[in-house]
Amino acid sequence: MEHKGVWTIAEESEGSLKSVSYELLSRGRKLADALQVELVSVLIGGPVSDERLQELIRRGADRVLFVEDNKLSSFTTETFSNVLSDLIRSRKPEIILAAATVNGRTLMPHVAMKIHAGLTADCTELAIEPETGNLLQTRPAIGGNILATIKSPNHRPQMATVRPRSSKPLDADPARKGSIERIELDPALIDKRVRRVGFINNEGEEGNIQEADVVVSGGKGMKKANNFGMLTELAHQLGGTVGASRDAVDRAWAKYPQQVGLSGKTVTPKLYVAIGISGAIQHLAGMKTADIIVAINSDPDATIFQVSDFGIIGDLFEVVPLLNERLAKEKNR
Amino acid sequence: MNIVVPIKQVPETSNVKMDPVTGTIIRDGVESIINPLDLYAIETAIQLKETYGGKVTALTMGPPAAEKALREAIAMGCDEGVLVSDRKFSGADTWSTAYVLVHAVKKLDDFDLIIAGERATDGDTGQVGPAMASALDIPLASYISRIDSVRADGMTVERLVEEGYETLEIDLPALLTVVKEISYPRLPTLRGKQKARNTELPVLTAEDLEVEEVYLGLKGSPTRVVKIETPKVTRGGTILKAVDEESMNDAIEELVEFLKTREMI
Repeated sequence: MEHKGVWTIAEESEGSLKSVSYELLSRGRKLADALQVELVSVLIGGPVSDERLQELIRRGADRVLFVEDNKLSSFTTETFSNVLSDLIRSRKPEIILAAATVNGRTLMPHVAMKIHAGLTADCTELAIEPETGNLLQTRPAIGGNILATIKSPNHRPQMATVRPRSSKPLDADPARKGSIERIELDPALIDKRVRRVGFINNEGEEGNIQEADVVVSGGKGMKKANNFGMLTELAHQLGGTVGASRDAVDRAWAKYPQQVGLSGKTVTPKLYVAIGISGAIQHLAGMKTADIIVAINSDPDATIFQVSDFGIIGDLFEVVPLLNERLAKEKNR
Repeated sequence: MNIVVPIKQVPETSNVKMDPVTGTIIRDGVESIINPLDLYAIETAIQLKETYGGKVTALTMGPPAAEKALREAIAMGCDEGVLVSDRKFSGADTWSTAYVLVHAVKKLDDFDLIIAGERATDGDTGQVGPAMASALDIPLASYISRIDSVRADGMTVERLVEEGYETLEIDLPALLTVVKEISYPRLPTLRGKQKARNTELPVLTAEDLEVEEVYLGLKGSPTRVVKIETPKVTRGGTILKAVDEESMNDAIEELVEFLKTREMI
């Protein structure tokens, strides 16, 4: 097949590269090495300095392909889709990985439809099938009850979105060499049917649960909104942010962007602390790939304990404040 | 304002079985419901119709039994339901599903807006909505949490992204995918249920849609499921009881030790 090379889609915001760009490179590096092909980090965005682009090379890219224009500073599906499809048609990569972020999960299906490629959503494992060189894409489905491995044997490129935080960036290697190719935006590719006219950043409020190392979530057992204060304190002690179960969000104790689970977000933090959460299958779907799971619940039969590395059966209104006190002491030592 | 809402019927519980040969879901014997995330799309469409007039058409691709989902949508307040059904469609991946739905949309009356749920809770891809916008070449706004205003030729909407909310202006006709924050889905009314029973649901087959057979079903899908595993869920961690002061303090000490060992504090 004439398609060759592995591409990962980098993301930038106001001139800084997002960490998912490096996570994807560590995924892409393995695939490119297995296939013995070039690994290209593709960036579509507003101005970014050479120094910052070098970081993509230090973290695994052989080449950076950068379509740079002020008009690309904010994401709009149609224009980004036009630009990426155009690059794919002219350069023919065999694999394209993007982050399973809001923008990645919008852009990739838009492009895949256009170029008639297979696309697998929210993969947690990627490998090359030795006999065929096909990309094996593994993803949880049906509420995380199954792991499905998918391939696109007859279509190129093979496209996948990859769950953020499901891989670690490679250590930066200052000795790595690679090239940076800046490409001018073809004005014909600009589509103005959608215009971004405003943006409200609310990260300061709760923090993004998908990017946090530690997520402390509360459920029905929290009983009321005010009680979430002790979770905020615990999250603060552990250097994390506060999440919630669907029950808690439906009762307006927490906001929808904080919701973990099948109808909310999927998180993969280093540490997930479930407090007053029974562990409905829909909730487990959103957090069971966390490295470490800790649960505090008064019900000894709560399902959450089955998936926990550490659990305390007890009254959360006693356990959590005591734990907060104990952790505060630990810090002052 | 004519609105089309593509919906999906999904298994009620998460305890579904997979066909080991095709790697697709066995739907027989499992209670089916409208994908919970589609209810927000249906509600948004009905509210827009109530304000601006027009009609709402629910559209689904599935086996004949999927008409139940369409009747539920009508019971909530949709005006019409269209079932896209043909054995040739079975096993379709997101590419092939979008291909068929787009051809179905083209058979309907002219629309101003397509509103889809963020994703289905069974497949969990969220790919069909954006793919439909791509194939129809209409503008797309995904992850929409609010509709600020509607004009004759466009609308202003809020988009939920990782860092906050974007405000977008989008020309009509357009496709929106909406998140849970956008609305509180209403329950079906008695009158709605009566209407649902008496509404005829047209069925569109492959022949009606004038689709190319090479793009249909499992054979027409770029992706193939090659393996299904059931991951082990149980971690078998340390579970301690905190029933009195002593056991409570012990449990907390052990938890702190555990977190230290795992380098979390």
